[in-house]
Amino acid sequence: MKHLLSASDLTRDDAVSLLDTAAELASVTDRAVKKLPTLRGRTVANLFFEDSTRTRLSFEAAAKRLSADVITFTAKGSSVSKGETLKDTALTLEAMGAQVIVLRHHASGAAQRLAQSGWIEASVINAGDGTHEHPTQALLDAYTLRQHLREGAGDLEGLSVVIVGDILHSRVARSNVALLTTLGARVTLVAPPTLVPVGVQTWPCEVSFDLDEALVGADAVMMLRVQTERMTAAYFPSVHEYSRRYGLDSARAARMPDHAVVLHPGPMNRGMEITAEVADGPRALIVDQVANGVSVRMAVLYHVLSSQEGAP
Amino acid sequence: MSGLANEPAVDRAGEREIVLRDIRLMGDRQAVDIRFADGRIAAIGATAVAEADPQAQILDVAGRIGLPGLVDLHTHLREPGREDAETIETGCQAAALGGYTAVHAMANTQPVADTAGVVEQVWRRGREVGLCDVIPVGAVTIGLSGERLAELAAMAESAARVRVFSDDGICVSDPLLMRRALEYVKAFDGVIAQHAQEPRLTVEAQMNEGALSGELGLTGWPAVAEEAIIARDVLLAEHVRSRLHVCHLSTRGSVEVVRWAKARGIDVTAEVTPHHLMLTEELARSYDPLYKVNPPLRTVDDVHAVREGLADGTIDIVATDHAPHAHEDKDCEWGAGAFGMLGLQTAIGVVAATMVEPGHLTWADVAQRMSVVPARIGRVEGQGRPLAVGEPANMVIIDPDAPWLVSADQMASRSQNTPFVEHTLPASVWATFLRGRPTVLSGALV
Repeated sequence: MKHLLSASDLTRDDAVSLLDTAAELASVTDRAVKKLPTLRGRTVANLFFEDSTRTRLSFEAAAKRLSADVITFTAKGSSVSKGETLKDTALTLEAMGAQVIVLRHHASGAAQRLAQSGWIEASVINAGDGTHEHPTQALLDAYTLRQHLREGAGDLEGLSVVIVGDILHSRVARSNVALLTTLGARVTLVAPPTLVPVGVQTWPCEVSFDLDEALVGADAVMMLRVQTERMTAAYFPSVHEYSRRYGLDSARAARMPDHAVVLHPGPMNRGMEITAEVADGPRALIVDQVANGVSVRMAVLYHVLSSQEGAP
Repeated sequence: MSGLANEPAVDRAGEREIVLRDIRLMGDRQAVDIRFADGRIAAIGATAVAEADPQAQILDVAGRIGLPGLVDLHTHLREPGREDAETIETGCQAAALGGYTAVHAMANTQPVADTAGVVEQVWRRGREVGLCDVIPVGAVTIGLSGERLAELAAMAESAARVRVFSDDGICVSDPLLMRRALEYVKAFDGVIAQHAQEPRLTVEAQMNEGALSGELGLTGWPAVAEEAIIARDVLLAEHVRSRLHVCHLSTRGSVEVVRWAKARGIDVTAEVTPHHLMLTEELARSYDPLYKVNPPLRTVDDVHAVREGLADGTIDIVATDHAPHAHEDKDCEWGAGAFGMLGLQTAIGVVAATMVEPGHLTWADVAQRMSVVPARIGRVEGQGRPLAVGEPANMVIIDPDAPWLVSADQMASRSQNTPFVEHTLPASVWATFLRGRPTVLSGALV
């Protein structure tokens, strides 16, 4: 695996293998010294054109636990905020020795473009590109679902997963639809019709406008963050109406099967798409997702770097 | 005065006559000889050689096809303002190599061509270059801001004789302003060339809206945003009895609206670009902004619809929307890339591939759609004329059996953003004549 650009590039075997590696690496986290020498001498560059503290920190932690050197470029206070282009910034990082560039960018397709343009030789890991994909988020979600509902092994065959919220603008939703269905889960998207992309009928999933109906028999529900800029752009009349129809409160959560779990990629709008009781309640795996994110990103870095020539 | 409106005031005395032997005029099966003298067609047939000046230059055309010089109604020459992307000189070189003898230079320059001063400057520079007639398009509104009408009559009465007005790149979306513009240009037989794009339906739009835009996570540019404006504008044109030209129509629905309007007797004309005749949205999968254009590349079904529309006359003309962009404006991620593609040098090859080879158009039909009718829409004198004795000697000679593999370094433009790289086009331009003088011979600039 030279790059990780899109969850839809992963076969079922690729995905299971990544999750298995993540599970092995997770055991490191339980040790007193949380560090493996695996990527010593390798350099990982985090290139974040968009603010994302949690994803950036997660990749940093993952790289450091594998003993890689880490260079971090973030939008604020760097050449990026002075108008330096993606191409020039990537060339700069490669000149500093980066063998992997972890890219978060506001433009859809930025990671693919960086990987395929011929600008650089380094591997590219997509850490979120515009409204397109966020494959490591999907991997950590799959990992979390597998851990809690499939005893931490194999795929997700037969699971029913409901994804709720701003599907139109969500890279998390796109990557999860691709990856979870590849792993055998059935995915249902729930959103007001204004937040569902045109052409969604061609996606390998169901679409519903009715959350209560979709939750019947669901094994998991994933609540997406509603960005504040959507709240004033006529996608729905008011925050209240959105919360009533598409928010997850304890009454709704109570109607789910006993074993069903709740995920959220964060950061949450408590009281908007999810109430505090549910977010802090027993079904919520939101903190587990964060912990698993580090393990999954360790696995991705390991797979990408070990595919390179001269790999350890 | 010679009577040729755009003829530069130069002394033509002593210029050699040119005899073209064995040329198939308008794609006729029968080849003839033709002679140019003093900027005009002096003879066709046996007398072309028999009565030629002994000093005449004689060229063997070997059965290639002669059409009236092509006329582009939609060209971005970027001068003044973005001479790093294109100049009037390099744009005219590309035009000549593409078989054009006249191009309409769009108004979205810096400064905007919204005054008589700017349009005259562009027109004069075109005459100095002398490779093809450069006919400025005037902006409809001051600074393309869509707020107040520019001084349209002043541009019409200037030396540049502007007849086509457009805010191209931006839609005249205010319905009242559009109505006023349509009415106002009637005084001097002008036409409003509308870039049909409902702005509120296309905020931050990046590509055609459909299943693919949803998959790629690129903001959609829905067909309805084009079709709704065309529908509104044809009804406005009918109401105020003016004429409307629709720029770069790109969807099946747009073809249907224009077809309906024409059946109703509305004075509307429409253009399609070569890239919308050949390419589809699938190219956006690469996220390479080389394929980013406005209006966006559409679906295969839309491509079929615009070909049908061009064949049956619903779409009147092919116009290039030649849009040069500096390297750095395309060598970037999709979202940061500029909209637009080169078109002048490849247009006839693309039309040959998409319309002539499949049998949708004859070469005589191509002459109508790429020379005669665009000249008529632009009210251009001395261009798009019949190939007959006494007419201006503006001509392109096309080799219909000379396939060429397009590469970016063949582009005469200062920019290289052709989307047809790696395409093999079936026909190429062998020669171009502007008022009897060759600008291109054997496929190279003279």
